[in-house]
Amino acid sequence: MHAWLISDSPASRLQASAGRAYRASGMLLRNPLAVAGALIIGLLIFTAIAAPWIAPESPVGQNLSNRLLPPSADHWMGTDELGRDIFSRVIYGSRITLMIVALVAVISAPLGLVIGAISGYFGGWTDRILMGLTDVFLSMPKLIMALAFVAALGPGIENAIIAIAITAWPAYARIARAETLTFRNAEFVSATRLLGASHSRIIVRHVLPLCTSSMIVRVTLDMAGIILTAAGLGFLGLGAQPPLPEWGAMISRGRVFILDQWWVATMPGLAIILVSLGFCFLGDGLRDVLDPKSAGKS
Amino acid sequence: MSFNPNVPHMRLARFARSLGGFAVITVLTFLGLMAITFFIGRVVPIDPVLAVVGDRATNEQYEAARVAMGLDRPLIMQFFSYVADVVQGDFGRSVSTGRPVAQDLVRVFPATLEMATIGIIIGVVLGVPMGVYAAAHAGSWADQVIRVLALLGYSVPAFWLGLVGLALFYAGLGWVGGPGRIDVFFDGLVEPVTGLLLVDSLLDRNMEVFRSALHRIILPATILGFFSLAYIARMTRSFMLDQLSQEYVTTARVKGLSETRVIWVHAFGPIRVPLITVIGLSYAGLLEGSVMIETVFSWPGIGNYLTTALFNADMNAVLGATLVIGAVFILINKISDVLYRVLDARSR
Repeated sequence: MHAWLISDSPASRLQASAGRAYRASGMLLRNPLAVAGALIIGLLIFTAIAAPWIAPESPVGQNLSNRLLPPSADHWMGTDELGRDIFSRVIYGSRITLMIVALVAVISAPLGLVIGAISGYFGGWTDRILMGLTDVFLSMPKLIMALAFVAALGPGIENAIIAIAITAWPAYARIARAETLTFRNAEFVSATRLLGASHSRIIVRHVLPLCTSSMIVRVTLDMAGIILTAAGLGFLGLGAQPPLPEWGAMISRGRVFILDQWWVATMPGLAIILVSLGFCFLGDGLRDVLDPKSAGKS
Repeated sequence: MSFNPNVPHMRLARFARSLGGFAVITVLTFLGLMAITFFIGRVVPIDPVLAVVGDRATNEQYEAARVAMGLDRPLIMQFFSYVADVVQGDFGRSVSTGRPVAQDLVRVFPATLEMATIGIIIGVVLGVPMGVYAAAHAGSWADQVIRVLALLGYSVPAFWLGLVGLALFYAGLGWVGGPGRIDVFFDGLVEPVTGLLLVDSLLDRNMEVFRSALHRIILPATILGFFSLAYIARMTRSFMLDQLSQEYVTTARVKGLSETRVIWVHAFGPIRVPLITVIGLSYAGLLEGSVMIETVFSWPGIGNYLTTALFNADMNAVLGATLVIGAVFILINKISDVLYRVLDARSR
């Protein structure tokens, strides 16, 4: 199996890509921070799936006789002002966080990828206009722009996701364009064109796949920022609305109690830090493996 | 086009041309910024008139407001008059304060500027040496600690750190002052000259006010500084690593120069220019980061103004603040870009 995977002359496409993945994961496993990051993300996904079995109590509903209890054996993270178990809410909150990052990635990465690839592939005026637009968005402060968009769209988790996606795509467009430029005039592209392939087929089948590895790195590194922005919108009351157990919104509820019942605001924050740190670690490690040129830069 | 780049007047001409192109790009970026705020204000809300008159207005009132807002004209004409207004410093009137938004912004901006400036000073003074040390001892435990610290700067929510800081250092230890810019007791004691409370109180030689203001600014500014420290240390480390692997550094070492000299003179020298860009970027980033910090600390700056306006659905104020923060952000970006071109021998 090992020999088949690291073979220098793969017999099939499957063997080649399996071998590449095998080598990359081998390098990733030697990077302790990347392993830690992957474990944290794995934990997040597992928690989100298994939330009803892990959480000792329901994330909603009230139990006013138990309000604002400090952390104890019964309530690992204490309880909030409505007597809800904070640990259970943090566990369920992982579903919301995972949904936000997944949706933002699914919306903004392909959008940026397509815009960047079209821009780099066609060049000329198409390139100038698209990149001008990208640069304007890039030069705007992301959080402020997301805030303004949500202000206009109205608060809510869907609008928060849309607003974050709108601010996230330009970075991907830049990367996709830079990658596309490097092989726009490559021989395999000319050969495909000679075979009669259309522009859209060349972009979708031949250009985009080559951009994916640097995109994966970038998206992973951006995840921490996306989580922080989403939590920030939740904190300001513009993102997920109560009683949804969104971590940022939970911190916002605990703000009033911060001086006496510190756990209400502190605990959800620890979850945000852990998950963001996980994405940072994994992104750093992935970059060292997939994109060694830019290693160490942010 | 060929010319000798070493002839001074040619160099000047080329520089002027690149500056000209640069000005065009900057103006276009500002137009783009205005297009975005215009879009957010006029196109995204389902009915901007309803947002102004409220849903109890009669049809006549509604129609009058619509004409008064110029919404019966084509979108492109609306955009032009919007740009003309903004260029003249007219952002409309704030619904919640009743004053022109521009006046409000001038009043609140110094508070943000003061906090962000102290923040960036903390970030540079601590971040640069940390980055250099980490690079000089790459792989050591100190390097790992700095790396994790820097990554924490990307993973900790600013508002959470603010709350925890308040609980720990204000309520718990009593080392710093509470939320707000100054004790109510001292409020209005010092004549605002620059709007920067620390500077004004020094000008007034009022040390009590100065101490009170310092007591309150230190925590939010340090938290802001931590975020710029994280970014600056990380970038400094990576720049330094690039330099330290260069052959001239090896040459300097072979010549027997002390390690301190090699690091701080030979390796650090060339990275000063790119570092300016990094510092500029993180300064601009602090203006953005202050939105969250100001909300937590009830700091009467532009971020607090923005979030307060958000809750009151005061769209003129939201867009005005967005525009100003965006413009300052772009301006700092462009200035550090120009500085880079002027200072970096290779791009001259």
